[in-house]
Amino acid sequence: MKTPLACAIAACGLAALPAMAEPQSGGVINTVIQPEPPGLVLGMIQNAPTRTVAGNIYEGLLRYDTDLNPMPQLATSWEESDDGLTYTFHLREDVTWHDGEPFTAEDVVFSADVFHRELNPSARAVLQHVESIEATDDHTVVFTLSQPFGPFMLSFEAGTFTMVPKHVYEGTDFRNNEANNHPIGTGPFKFENWDRGTVIELVKNEDYYEEGLPYLDGVNWHIIPDGASRAVAYENGTVDVLPYGTVENFDVPRLSEMENTCITQEGHEYFSPFAMLWMNNREGPTADKRFRQAVMYAMNREFARDVLWNGLGEVPLSAFGSNARFQNEDLEPYDHDPEKARELLDEMGYDGEEVTLLPLPYGETWTRWAEAVQQNLSEVGINVRTESTDVGGWNQRLGEWDYDLAFTYLYQYGDPALGISRTYLSDNIEKGSPWNNVEGYENERVDELFNEAATAFPEEKREELYHEVQEILHEDVPVGWLLELGFPTIYRCNVKNLVTSGVGVNDGFKDAWIEE
Amino acid sequence: MVYARLIAMRLFKAVIVLFMIIVFNFFLIQMAPGDPAAILAGEAGATDQEFLRQLREQFGLDQPLYVQLWRYVSGIATLDFGYSYRQQMPVLDLILARLPATLLLTGTAFVLSLALGIFAGSMAAARVKKVSGSLIMALALVFYATPLFWVALMAVLLFSVYLDWLPAYGMFTVGAHYTGWAHVLDVLNHLILPASTLALFFMAIYTRMTRASMLEASQQDYVKTARAKGLKDRVIQRRHILRNALLPIITLAGLQAGQMVGGAILTETVFAWPGIGRLMYEALMQRDYNLLLGIFFFSAALVIVFNIFTDLVYRLADPRIKGAS
Repeated sequence: MKTPLACAIAACGLAALPAMAEPQSGGVINTVIQPEPPGLVLGMIQNAPTRTVAGNIYEGLLRYDTDLNPMPQLATSWEESDDGLTYTFHLREDVTWHDGEPFTAEDVVFSADVFHRELNPSARAVLQHVESIEATDDHTVVFTLSQPFGPFMLSFEAGTFTMVPKHVYEGTDFRNNEANNHPIGTGPFKFENWDRGTVIELVKNEDYYEEGLPYLDGVNWHIIPDGASRAVAYENGTVDVLPYGTVENFDVPRLSEMENTCITQEGHEYFSPFAMLWMNNREGPTADKRFRQAVMYAMNREFARDVLWNGLGEVPLSAFGSNARFQNEDLEPYDHDPEKARELLDEMGYDGEEVTLLPLPYGETWTRWAEAVQQNLSEVGINVRTESTDVGGWNQRLGEWDYDLAFTYLYQYGDPALGISRTYLSDNIEKGSPWNNVEGYENERVDELFNEAATAFPEEKREELYHEVQEILHEDVPVGWLLELGFPTIYRCNVKNLVTSGVGVNDGFKDAWIEE
Repeated sequence: MVYARLIAMRLFKAVIVLFMIIVFNFFLIQMAPGDPAAILAGEAGATDQEFLRQLREQFGLDQPLYVQLWRYVSGIATLDFGYSYRQQMPVLDLILARLPATLLLTGTAFVLSLALGIFAGSMAAARVKKVSGSLIMALALVFYATPLFWVALMAVLLFSVYLDWLPAYGMFTVGAHYTGWAHVLDVLNHLILPASTLALFFMAIYTRMTRASMLEASQQDYVKTARAKGLKDRVIQRRHILRNALLPIITLAGLQAGQMVGGAILTETVFAWPGIGRLMYEALMQRDYNLLLGIFFFSAALVIVFNIFTDLVYRLADPRIKGAS
């Protein structure tokens, strides 16, 4: 199964090269959004479907290429002071909001200092290191940090640090502002219409500041609740692009063999979703390090990738994924080795006590994956009982630490201080959320290293600290590292330039064009 | 006069029943694990305690349960159904926006299944020992026993993917922006598959019930009398047998009509029909309490209304039913 799809990807890798032909303007793209987003005001709502649709309406100061280097967007240039404490951004001067008002440095200050500080947890995590934000003139903004913060330059993507219009929101109740029903951004597409349950329509921003962009006249996001119906919508030609996660994995090989169909897993580099197995470090067999190591040896992660994920994605070496910075490549991988797993279990004296496993309630692939893991574990003598929940139940069980093993996946956001340390820091242990240090891992040295590394300066110093922390984590196995997920985007090959950045799944239609 | 008193009595009882339903549903929902704030935060993939606290405060979930109940009940008394946590809109607006789509779908299916079911059932009753009669019953059995979503998927495969005659999903052609008659035709075109899928199951039930009920009625003495006085077979079938066989069918039709608001979850999901059933399912998954309670309320109210209505129709169909029931 892996081979044909890998070929398809290689082939469209070629297709995705800068096209020889001149881009053509015109045409509307029909695509799918699943599930229906709760609203479209990025910054107020950060869930995946909102990011994917509204990433075309709103913009951030920067974009990132697929290696996560910053690219200009609303800011054309930027400088970092030698001590890593002051960052100066120079803004474009010809930008207007969708309602015609000019975009200025005041909007940046308002968005960051007022709007996001109040509403946005992911921006708050960065802003706690920021002492002041000032507009020195209409098109210059200076951020002053209280201490150096390594990943600061990675925080300006549209979904994390959305620019919202000051003249619309200032002095209002943000969440109940009338304008939330008609979002106003600076992006290449304007909000046109939302028929709840049916479609969200975006149209070209005729006054967009980048010459000639966007090429498309509009984008229609169809809302189709059933996975099989979404596949049919692509098959019968109603939609041309199936973004990540919109069809079940077992439909992917069939769809990718259709004529004029390309598939890519690019555009996720910034998020780099990392599937993990929570293991409860507090009680039961999973509290023993040897048990957790045994689980790592028992699982056949390559099999899961090749069969359940169509060969997409990468088996991670350890706690830091391949797209994360500062990965320590010298660690000994946890290969599939049932014999070693049995030895570890014997050594700890595992008595066959039953452990519960919660699959992620996100569809068929995850259910099957749980079955595969259950089978792997039972091969080495671990007694597993799978318990199905819905999303609400899953949230609650994890938030109250009521599990032994549980699937999840987390975004890595390009830097360990943004997306990785949160899983292991002991001051991030708190009931009520399924996204913090749910496993209950506590290690003083790890806390020290992560905290120091986040604000260490310069980069070499950070690298050293992160390499040491990875060695400890690799030995302790606080959680199981399953797979760096490769989510396929399926599209007609004559849609060109669909993914042009490391956040491409969310801002892709800016550069896209249709070849007739 | 009798009718007016009857209706007044029934309406009075209905209010009490509705109130009990509201309170019962309110506590039932609280028993489901997880709360809407956690789910919303979970969807965002990143959260801190501050964010959860803000959401809970905004939704009023930080209040004791009896305060929440009081707020909800007193809200409903003024037709304020609260605010949908996830969709960020007033519940009443959401429900009213989705109601027409659902009523169009379930209403069409209702009429289709009732008409075709009674027709096929009478045919089968008239051809009781013939091949054609058995064929009708065999088909009815197949439709009755086949799961709805499977029929729906197969219908999409056949009529949309292979034959390309009908649209596979949705209520209108996205991006076409039709108006006037073009829009009506477009919607009708989209309605055919989901409405017939939904109608099949009930049609099968009506067919079976009509046949059984008519066969029973045809054994009655007045049928013999009618035959003896030389009436034509067709007239006997229609006037004497069918009319007397109608009561159980009306009962069932009343039940089906009561389900019109919430009864099409599967069909609406497979065909991406923007109706209430889907809204309810999503609200359940997201623990969108207010929205869910609002839909429960409307469904319950509709069931009650149709029960009253069914009772009235009984009296029309069979004048022997009188007095309080």
